[in-house]
Amino acid sequence: MRVALFLTCVNDLLFPDTGRAVVRLLERLGVEVDFPMAQSCCGQPHYNTGYRHETEPLVRGMAAAFAGYDYVVTPSGSCVAMVRDNYPRVAARARAEGRPDGRLDRAAETLVPRTYELTEFLVDVLGVTDVGAYFPYAVTYHPSCHGLRMLGLKDRPLKLLSAVEGIELRELPGAEECCGFGGTFAVKNSDVSAAMGQDKVRNALDTGAGVLCGADNSCLMHIEGIVRHEHAPLHTLHLAEILASTREQPYRPPVSEAKIR
Amino acid sequence: MTNTTGSSSRAEILRRVRQALGTTTATAAPTPEDIARDVPRDYATTHATRTPLQTADLLAEHLADYRAHVHRTDAAGLAATIARLLTERGSRTAVVPAGLPGDWLTDARALDVDVVTDHPGLTPVELDAVDSVVTGCALAIAETGTIVLDASPDQGRRALTLVPDHHICVIRPEQIVESLPQALPRLTPTRPQTWISGPSATSDIELDRVEGVHGPRTLEVVMVASDAQVTDFPG
Amino acid sequence: MNPPSTSQESQTGHGTGVFVGLPSFPVAARESTRDGQLRANLRHATHTIRAKRAVAIGELSDWGELRAAGAAIKDHTLAHLDHYLQQLEQAVTAAGGHVHWAADADEANRIVTDLVHATGETEVVKVKSMATQEIGLNEALAAQGIRAYETDLAELIVQLGDDRPSHILVPAIHKNRAEIRDIFRTQMAAWGRPAPQGLSDEPAALAEAARLHLRQKFLHTKVGISGANFMVADTGTLVVLESEGNGRMCLTLPETLISVVGIEKIVPTFRDLEVFLQTLPRSSTAERMNPYTTMWTGTTDGDGPKTFHLVLLDNGRTDTLADTVGRQALRCIRCSACLNVCPVYERAGGHAYGSAYPGPIGAILTPQLRGTATELDASLPYASSLCGACYDVCPVAIDIPDILVHLRQRVVQGGPVTQAGQRVTIKPARGHTTEHAAIRASRYAMGRPAAWAAAQRLATGTRKLHPRSLPIRTAKAWTDTRTLPQVPDQTFRQWWKQHTKNTNPDPGSTTPGGAR
Repeated sequence: MRVALFLTCVNDLLFPDTGRAVVRLLERLGVEVDFPMAQSCCGQPHYNTGYRHETEPLVRGMAAAFAGYDYVVTPSGSCVAMVRDNYPRVAARARAEGRPDGRLDRAAETLVPRTYELTEFLVDVLGVTDVGAYFPYAVTYHPSCHGLRMLGLKDRPLKLLSAVEGIELRELPGAEECCGFGGTFAVKNSDVSAAMGQDKVRNALDTGAGVLCGADNSCLMHIEGIVRHEHAPLHTLHLAEILASTREQPYRPPVSEAKIR
Repeated sequence: MTNTTGSSSRAEILRRVRQALGTTTATAAPTPEDIARDVPRDYATTHATRTPLQTADLLAEHLADYRAHVHRTDAAGLAATIARLLTERGSRTAVVPAGLPGDWLTDARALDVDVVTDHPGLTPVELDAVDSVVTGCALAIAETGTIVLDASPDQGRRALTLVPDHHICVIRPEQIVESLPQALPRLTPTRPQTWISGPSATSDIELDRVEGVHGPRTLEVVMVASDAQVTDFPG
Repeated sequence: MNPPSTSQESQTGHGTGVFVGLPSFPVAARESTRDGQLRANLRHATHTIRAKRAVAIGELSDWGELRAAGAAIKDHTLAHLDHYLQQLEQAVTAAGGHVHWAADADEANRIVTDLVHATGETEVVKVKSMATQEIGLNEALAAQGIRAYETDLAELIVQLGDDRPSHILVPAIHKNRAEIRDIFRTQMAAWGRPAPQGLSDEPAALAEAARLHLRQKFLHTKVGISGANFMVADTGTLVVLESEGNGRMCLTLPETLISVVGIEKIVPTFRDLEVFLQTLPRSSTAERMNPYTTMWTGTTDGDGPKTFHLVLLDNGRTDTLADTVGRQALRCIRCSACLNVCPVYERAGGHAYGSAYPGPIGAILTPQLRGTATELDASLPYASSLCGACYDVCPVAIDIPDILVHLRQRVVQGGPVTQAGQRVTIKPARGHTTEHAAIRASRYAMGRPAAWAAAQRLATGTRKLHPRSLPIRTAKAWTDTRTLPQVPDQTFRQWWKQHTKNTNPDPGSTTPGGAR
């Protein structure tokens, strides 16, 4: 089984810890994981802002970067949704505009069935829900919209989290409501975006958990931005870092331990 | 600025539709087979298997959910029930459609209630002065708690069941169907229809439901049991 | 007719005075997010109906099938719209009705005004109708000396308060009970019967006040104006769903009835109602069935209006139909479920959308009906975080996020569109030049691994110089409310190189055989 890690551009630059956690986690589960250096961005920021034509080279680039692997695994539901829902559209709409491009067609055909969000890969492909993790903190989980609604991740993340030793999961009120990130929405409609994020943070604080966990760092970056702006006692963390944490190699919080309890 | 008259706008709109659909000529009339192919109808005909009594119970429950007052009786007790409801309401006048079965009101006529049979000269203003209206119905739908009036002789014109504030509606057992898909084939589309599910209501204030606005604020439904059900629901 | 246009010129006939000159969505939303009372009203109302809707939908085990059937019926109808329009016209005419065709708002307003004038009346009663709001009929009638009385409770609140509707189902959703009481107390007298003395803010008391206020108007007004939820092509039957009974009053008691209906409201057969009469009430008011539905076919001797006029309205609908992606929006049955689940609507409020159609559906419908020429209309496709909650609840499965993105493409890329029946090519909207340059630059770098790695190294190498907040406009939009993320000292790919060196001395294995 040849598995490629598609880390995503945001994680590569801003959240390398998540990438390291995915690698540690998958290697611990016996998966040999590779990181093709040619990867960059799935094109979602371009596509969702309206620049479909500018997305096309990135779609072709993704297909080239991940050719030959059995599975492409990524710790971002949003980027998987881009591939699964929108790559076929990018190809079909180029065709409809009289610019058929076989490489776009093939990119969609070959990437869609092989691209998995991390929790899908763990539960559906590897068939594990208990990954042997240890994380002795109170955690609340925010299901990001694209994972929740476009991919239908359902209870996969929560199954994985509830099997973690020592964890105390607390239900997030209004969990299924968007955090307000939405890519360029966060700046184009910054007031509404921030209002949504502030409500999300308030709901998370109400749980009393010190850690807000998610499976999409873009959303967490927005939420964390509000947390830090408001000096709220909350620490955001990607689910992969919780699953990677073990008794032998426990998660080391960048903030003081007391703050996340 | 479009300065077309209605008739040239007709041609223009049809032209725009055809252009939008990528054709210059009229699209062919779809056949029933075309519609059947295009529209998957694998939704349910009913949402449960019920006995007629269970269906009647469901109708009663759903009507009551939306604040209709449901009364159950048998054919022999119908006239007495209607009379009782008019008395309890304190109605002094009642209007009925011309085709209402005469025996429904035997008991009411014995009371001090002025029963008026509808006629074309009765204006909305006059109807507004009437306390109650008594009608039958075309059918009733259990799953949604709906009564359908189709202006048949026992129901009368639409204004009749609209202007008075108190509506007593009689449902006979054979008129109850389970679901929407069972109801529509039994109706004649071109008859004026009023579908009623509880008394008038509004959710316009804070999306909170309140009963009673412009339509009759009190809806009393008299469900007549079939002979087979009489033992369960003595009159 | 509009001359063929090669730029985003404003279209005539589509807009009306009510919605002209409004600010762009973000500007309007900035105001509403700071209005605590509005936020509380909207939150309370949308969360209430959201929960109820979920229960109502949960009762139907075949919801998915009903949803698919509803979408298919609408798609089928749209694909044969010219046929069904003519069939409808024939059936309505045969049943004693008169059919008029209006290419745009001005024409529809003119037709209705003329019809009212012909009756000699100067007052009309109206049932809540999205189509007449869209075309600004009340204002057009007022300009010709005709007073239109809105009879739906929420529309009455809006009309008395000299306000604009902010929700499809509940136009006064932005007002709470105390605010409504104050409007009734101060404004009812100017329009007719004053509010009762000592009126409380109990919803039942407010409903009673509306009943008393409108009763005489219903009994005496000779002309009624409505829209319709459905028009059945093969029988000519029109269908109006409502709750209060004001609809029945307006559809039954006047001598003349004029219905203004969008051409997309057609269903082919009476049977098709078995789908929508299950999905619409549950999606809309979260009821198994709405209290009242009226169905009429032309005119009936001795029952209801003696004269019936149907005005079929295009006003941008055929332009929408011409877009193979965007035409899905014409499936809409105006239930408003998408508004009630939308986190953006909940915080921005309906007025920010600047049209009769707020919320997610408005964000895809308005820029198609009106075009994307104004700053407001061009901002609407961006009024969404693309969370997808709207698509989930839509009873006719309109993929709203997909259409939003599609319309964003229209805004920033331009391209072929249809305006007032003319095929034109529009240029990208103004104000996106810098953004496009940035997008192009990032795409260029991301498409070249070496350039991308270098850009990343630049970011991490200069991290100590990065401020926590930024002054330039776009960045400020982020940092006003959010602290910027810190750039780590090492990108993942820098770490990966070391990792593979440590675990695998042969780094050539990062690409499996034949991959390049």
